[in-house]
Amino acid sequence: MSEAKTKQSLHKRNDQLANANRQLEILSNGIFASGELPRFADKIAEIGHTTLRPNKLEILQINVGYMCNQVCEHCHVDAGPDRKEIMTRETMQQCLEVIKKTGAHTLDLTGGAPEMNPNFRWFVEEASKAGIKDFIVRSNLTIIRANKKYYDLPDFFKKHNVHVVSSMPHWTRGKTDKQRGNGVFDKSIKALQELNERGYGMPGSSLRLDLVYNPSGAFLPGNQASMEKDFKKALLEDFNIQFHHLFAITNLPISRFLDYLIASENYEDYMYALVEAYNPEAVANVMCTNTISVSWDGWLYDCDFNQMLDLKVASKVKHISEYNEELLQDRNIIISQHCYGCTAGAGSSCQGTVA
Amino acid sequence: MSKTYYDPADLRKFGKITEWSEELGTKFFDYYSKVFEEGALSAREKSLIALAVSHVVKCPYCIDAYTKDGLQRGITKEEMMEAVHAGAAIESGATLVHGVQMMNKYDKLSM
Repeated sequence: MSEAKTKQSLHKRNDQLANANRQLEILSNGIFASGELPRFADKIAEIGHTTLRPNKLEILQINVGYMCNQVCEHCHVDAGPDRKEIMTRETMQQCLEVIKKTGAHTLDLTGGAPEMNPNFRWFVEEASKAGIKDFIVRSNLTIIRANKKYYDLPDFFKKHNVHVVSSMPHWTRGKTDKQRGNGVFDKSIKALQELNERGYGMPGSSLRLDLVYNPSGAFLPGNQASMEKDFKKALLEDFNIQFHHLFAITNLPISRFLDYLIASENYEDYMYALVEAYNPEAVANVMCTNTISVSWDGWLYDCDFNQMLDLKVASKVKHISEYNEELLQDRNIIISQHCYGCTAGAGSSCQGTVA
Repeated sequence: MSKTYYDPADLRKFGKITEWSEELGTKFFDYYSKVFEEGALSAREKSLIALAVSHVVKCPYCIDAYTKDGLQRGITKEEMMEAVHAGAAIESGATLVHGVQMMNKYDKLSM
């Protein structure tokens, strides 16, 4: 894949995969003659699910914008510097009202780089007053070193006891930079050291620092505990960095990762790999059963992936402005072929493995 | 379309060998999965051994499978290539050590 291509989002390039319907079409029908995959709906029917239903809401995940300082090759959000979708303060205010009354114990802010939303700090300050037990910000780390105006983010996070969850595809420079862009590894290491200096990720510290591992290519993540052990050993020995947990996440065949799979002729094999790794035990705990995902413009989705595929919740309540937890709980979760990604192997969610 | 002896898609059908001999196939897969569990050697170390052996026995299916397995375990390409060299060194050593037999035979037959 050329460097010029990877520096722009699919949206900026007007690529066919910027269209959610086109992605769904590929996922549903396949693009290879021999690629007739079993339907996910049939798979879960084998274990007695005519559909998936939500359990008690535990996590409210809010995407505050698709703007990002990185253009990672596998990004399912298709985020980047050229994406201008940003949550307004008005929508944030609607989110705050929901945060105050929801039964969810975890608030999970994501993007893009959430810190690039001009109202990010105001939102964190207001939301942190709402008594949420676990307040996550998904920081890509390099944003902390991207510009002087972000240099104080570690202190800001500490002040509000934010739980920092950061992507780190590997403990080596080569693999990290290949997936996330040149220079990302060194900046990420520097940012992790700065977070450690504030107490983040240190043994016994209440300042939580977790890393997210996405495979840097067309393969599934290995055993989470084993990967965590290897990451901890390498980062400690090489850079004196510590962190709490590693979340191993499966890349879902959506957006730029789907583009990569097709361009590299790995799509068919990858889909088969997901199907072959299908684990019925993961189904009960997939993240859509305890999460609601809110988009930058306030629409509600079963998960972050459905958000990117523009599959809004199957409920009378579809927007944060009309949020009603009781009504929302009474819905069927929308599933498609991409759901194999969350049920492969040990399962996958924004919090790592589920089975 | 040209026909070749090896089709990468056949790797997905490996499990089907049990269909023609369920008992032996099942015993093999039970043994196989047990071998690669964590033990005195880590599963990571065993994966690298398997990758090296895959090259020595020149099995394209095994090379595909254990390259992917290595990636999934976070094994680096440098580690993988070192494993391949270890296998190659033993393989070439095994050829060369027979040179002693040749030398012995040569000496025995020569005046």
